[in-house]
Amino acid sequence: MGTRARPGVRVGAGTGYVTVDLAETPLRELNAGLHAVDGDGPRRWRVLNPRGAHAVAAGIDAEIEVDVDGHVGYYCAGMNKRAVVRVHGNCGTGAAENIMSGAVVVDGNASQSAGATGRGGMLVIRGNAAARCGISMKGVDIVVRGSVGHVSGFMAQKGRLVICGDAGDALGDSIYEAQIYVRGKVAGLGADCIEKELDDRCRGELRELLERAGIDDCEPEDFRRYGSARRLYNFQVDDAGPD
Amino acid sequence: MTEFDTLGKARDERERRASQRGWRPGLRESALFDRNVIHEIQRAAREGIYDIRGFGAKRAVPHFDDLLFLGASMSRYPLEGYRERCDTDVVLGDRHASRPLHLDIPITIAGMSFGALSGPAKEALGRGASQAGTSTTTGDGGMTAEEREHSSVLVYQLLPSRYGMNPDDLRRADAIEIVVGQGAKPGGGGVLLGQKISDRVAEMRDLPKGIDQRSACRHPDWTGPDDLEIKIHELREITDWEKPIFVKIGATRPYFDTALAVKAGADVVVLDGMQGGTAATQEVFIEHVGIPTLAAVRPAVDALQDLDMHRRVQLVVSGGIRSGADVAKVLALGADAASIGVAAIVALGDNSPAHEEGYAEIATSAGYYDDWHEGRDPAGISTQDDDLAARFDPELGGRRLANYLHTMVLEAQTIARACGKSHLHNLEPEDLVAVSVEAAAMARVPLAGTSWIPGAGTAVNS
Repeated sequence: MGTRARPGVRVGAGTGYVTVDLAETPLRELNAGLHAVDGDGPRRWRVLNPRGAHAVAAGIDAEIEVDVDGHVGYYCAGMNKRAVVRVHGNCGTGAAENIMSGAVVVDGNASQSAGATGRGGMLVIRGNAAARCGISMKGVDIVVRGSVGHVSGFMAQKGRLVICGDAGDALGDSIYEAQIYVRGKVAGLGADCIEKELDDRCRGELRELLERAGIDDCEPEDFRRYGSARRLYNFQVDDAGPD
Repeated sequence: MTEFDTLGKARDERERRASQRGWRPGLRESALFDRNVIHEIQRAAREGIYDIRGFGAKRAVPHFDDLLFLGASMSRYPLEGYRERCDTDVVLGDRHASRPLHLDIPITIAGMSFGALSGPAKEALGRGASQAGTSTTTGDGGMTAEEREHSSVLVYQLLPSRYGMNPDDLRRADAIEIVVGQGAKPGGGGVLLGQKISDRVAEMRDLPKGIDQRSACRHPDWTGPDDLEIKIHELREITDWEKPIFVKIGATRPYFDTALAVKAGADVVVLDGMQGGTAATQEVFIEHVGIPTLAAVRPAVDALQDLDMHRRVQLVVSGGIRSGADVAKVLALGADAASIGVAAIVALGDNSPAHEEGYAEIATSAGYYDDWHEGRDPAGISTQDDDLAARFDPELGGRRLANYLHTMVLEAQTIARACGKSHLHNLEPEDLVAVSVEAAAMARVPLAGTSWIPGAGTAVNS
């Protein structure tokens, strides 16, 4: 289902793999090593036996690639900048939370609040995401091959949320200017979220997002677009007569 | 009758009526439906929406004024003012961080956003705090370059909104403050109305310009204390365990919240009582949700002592701190530092009679002005209007804040020396008595002249 994601980050000439086995090495050493990568540092990392550890590969700011073999816990690749992080397994709450740039690709399923408050870059979830996918997103692009849970896109300010499967209840509640595309069923729309026209510009946008996410078995025409009705943007104040 | 006569009679009639407005003997105002209540009911009838304003709780609740210090006496000797040391320094966050904060004085500047305040006002806070050897805190709008430049010690808030949040600012900060809530509105998120969402504010917050933004009131990626522990761990990992992690709570259930914050790994607990200010929120929130600062301090200290963490996890208390006496009292009750918000911007010039003409133009007056949400502040402090903000001199403002902080410290030292203490932290509950039953019960100190502490011996954890 789909090809391996190539989000377009250039990887430097090979200095080989660095392999870190979390069964033997403390997480602190892994993250410290990832934070210390400079211009000459190793570009490709492999993390073994994450066994649900939290904050794996959090806080990277380098053009490197990190492959995580196994399931991770909360906040994997939190606040990621420039790196490409691939999780060959499932991930817990807050995957790629506040991602700034680069990409995070999850082969399996993601738990709650995937991509929360993300400000740039791309998050790809090949499986399903849970509730609050894309909550408070601020510019990240999120592409989910499967379905998402309830209140996804809650208070989504900026960016694009693409759902190839179904969406749960209260989709896009209190949404600002983010765009949501859904191919499957929508259980219900949240406050101020309405369906909008899928025009050529949208189809072009969608095509580009699916391509970047490495998804080649979904057609833009099959999606519907959702966005803000903008009725909650300002307080409603009456003016019932003079004093 | 000539036209002049008619006009004259009309004028006389108006003047007669005018002289009869306001109180005169025989007119009795209701305690329940006083003129302010009547005004608010009729405003609600006109507008159909809650009243939003800035400032903190204005109603009278038991506060530090109800506590008094016992100075030196036959059984206690004082320290000589000026001649004998009374130190004031404090370390915040040495539980886990490799770089805790070393402050010269135990008074910090509380979180106030760029957006709520103008750029020059934030700069002044940074300048004044740096001159006084203490810290400032960012707010719901993120970190500005000016504040980082002018603040020698800067605490960076992580709020439910996550506006402007980024790892570069996390790493540039000296400490990180996870905001669970604030005293003015425990359970509420930030509010910033459209007139203050300028281009710059909108860009920093990734919002459309001119909307009335209401921040989320819950964090997007964690909810309870067990998740908070994991979140704190993530922030430490991202910043390589250098920075102290504060947890700020609005005062509601201070005993349990403090205990849970400690268990989640907080290095510092910041406790904000109901008198804590805000730039904008609903009046009902400000006046009717949250408990007084005086009622919150002892339970928080109890929690720390019960966990054997007093002085190991530091407690910073805010919400109606106005003078060195308030600082000394909050320290005596067991806090490690006090924090000021409203007082800081008052020191900068907010509500000063110097701006009376400007206040009159916006239908208010010095000493009453609290419509900070409107962004029309003639002092240039709580506004995003460039012309108004340009009236505010950040260098002079910084000097004023430093003077005010210095004065509060001198006042606290005066009290501490009178109690025979060589460091402000040596002030203790035994130095205090209360002059009201409520204050005695809340602070757990005896009613003056008696040995009675109301409720002592009963389990009052909350």
